Amino acid sequence: MSNLIEVKGLSKSYQKARGMFSRHTVQALSNVSFSLEAGQTLAIVGETGSGKSTLAKLLVGIEQPDSGEILLAGQQLNCADYQKTNHLIRYIFQDAARSLNPNQKIADILHDVLRYSTVLSVEQRERKIADTLKLLGLLNEHGNYYPHMFSGGQLQRVALARALILDPKILILDEALTALDPSLRAQIVNLLLELQQKTGLAYLLITNQLRLVRHIADQTLVLHKGISLDYGDTSAVFENPQHEYSRKLMKSIEY
Amino acid sequence: MQLLDIRNLTLELSTPDGMIRAVDRVNLSLKEGEVRGLVGESGSGKSLIAKAIMGVLHERWKVSADRFNWCGQDLLRLPYHEQRRIISRDIAMIYQEPSRSMDPTSPIGEQLAESIPDHLLEGSWWQRGSQRKKRAIALLHKVGIRDHAAVLSSYPYQLSEGVCQKIMIAMAIAKNPKLLIADEPTTALESTTQAQLFRLLASFNQLKGTSILLISHELETVARNTDTLSVLYCGQLVEAGDTATLLKHPLHPYTNALIKSVPEFQPDLGFKQQLYALHGSIPTLQHLPIGCRLGPRCPNARKECVKTPLFERQQNHYFSCHFPLSGKTNE
Repeated sequence: MSNLIEVKGLSKSYQKARGMFSRHTVQALSNVSFSLEAGQTLAIVGETGSGKSTLAKLLVGIEQPDSGEILLAGQQLNCADYQKTNHLIRYIFQDAARSLNPNQKIADILHDVLRYSTVLSVEQRERKIADTLKLLGLLNEHGNYYPHMFSGGQLQRVALARALILDPKILILDEALTALDPSLRAQIVNLLLELQQKTGLAYLLITNQLRLVRHIADQTLVLHKGISLDYGDTSAVFENPQHEYSRKLMKSIEY
Repeated sequence: MQLLDIRNLTLELSTPDGMIRAVDRVNLSLKEGEVRGLVGESGSGKSLIAKAIMGVLHERWKVSADRFNWCGQDLLRLPYHEQRRIISRDIAMIYQEPSRSMDPTSPIGEQLAESIPDHLLEGSWWQRGSQRKKRAIALLHKVGIRDHAAVLSSYPYQLSEGVCQKIMIAMAIAKNPKLLIADEPTTALESTTQAQLFRLLASFNQLKGTSILLISHELETVARNTDTLSVLYCGQLVEAGDTATLLKHPLHPYTNALIKSVPEFQPDLGFKQQLYALHGSIPTLQHLPIGCRLGPRCPNARKECVKTPLFERQQNHYFSCHFPLSGKTNE
């Protein structure tokens, strides 16, 4: 199978002011490469400040890389054609409750997504929304609800609906499963696995929860201070980590 | 010796829609040197119970219990000042989100020195200042912070969450408490720092005999670090007992679901296989079901479940379910 997304030698640094005149550079990512196929899950693990979120931001086009390239189905991804790529790569935030507009009904939120990114007519949009809600196990009436009327697990479903309504190929889950309670997390994990089987979605899972990574990720990339340490099949990375830091990380599961 | 012995603790809040019973007749006991885990999902009343023990609940909450014993003394029946004196002497708590629970306007050194009680210092009043400082430094070393000079002079926002958490622990152990309550100590931490933290708590437990009440929603971390376990659901205690037996032979369907939803406890679970999950979601406090609160989500709920089940016991294993999953093992 061909690679859905391929990242080659991606680097990104930030300038930070130090004092009045001097600046210093923070290397958030240096020379990170990986590839992801359809229907696969890549987990990116590492501590805060390891560049996980920077990587996600580069992929969705919020930030521009300093060097390196992102190839989406063989074509170079450009920050400028955001309109083209936002169908394909969707992003889910950590806290569903805070990433949804509290003043908008769910249906309006979903309508907005479609209005800005597609050329569908109103009826087509409505049909699409109904289909998406059904896919995620929500009722049609939920469209008339405001975000605060949902419970945590349902909100995460709504956030998923907002991401999936454009039929993406890749879903970036930035700590999206961390804040959930165990039984809800199991529900969402089941839902994600089911969707992957049905539609061949690829997930980029950014997380701290190594146990979950072990269960659902095909491949794992260990990031540390912007440098990719171990990259490969999850079982290989977990059983035989090559670097000191990864070994420490894998060992920490035992506590 | 029984340190903490709580029987039928009920916490109620009066709202315009009537009384809401957030915690419904929960029993909790802790022996000296015991590490007990308190597991439950958000809104199950874990933090409320911890706050009730500390006596820091808002006055709108109505606290009632048949028995609320601390070292044989019923705290609820004591006058307020007496209550505060005992709690501040013996019980310490590590709050959720350490960086937000500390005073943002004063440096760590001041906050830490403040938490050291007078009776632990020796010498005359003019020696107190330097003693306090010495003690603060010793405390930081104890929790594994080597660079004490930099930490003491910095403000909470300048430090990472892991360091803040360690300082929180240093503050808590400053008075040599008999009971340490850790409320979700690991949610904000990286997995490597989490391991460090648990080692630290375990060492205090072993060296000083401090009892620990570990509150968390992550069953796997709690299971690994505790002797006994209490499982809460929506303010009701569903099961309590030794951690090992409870994990091996859960009697309550909710505990069973919790265990099964963790891939780690399921060795035969294939890669990318569906996890076991209860359908539905946690009810809100305004719309709690009557009787057993798991009722609507329970796979083997029957007519009898509209009555709240009594707390029964099988040897050292307590559960409250009309239809316990007896005889079935989890392997």
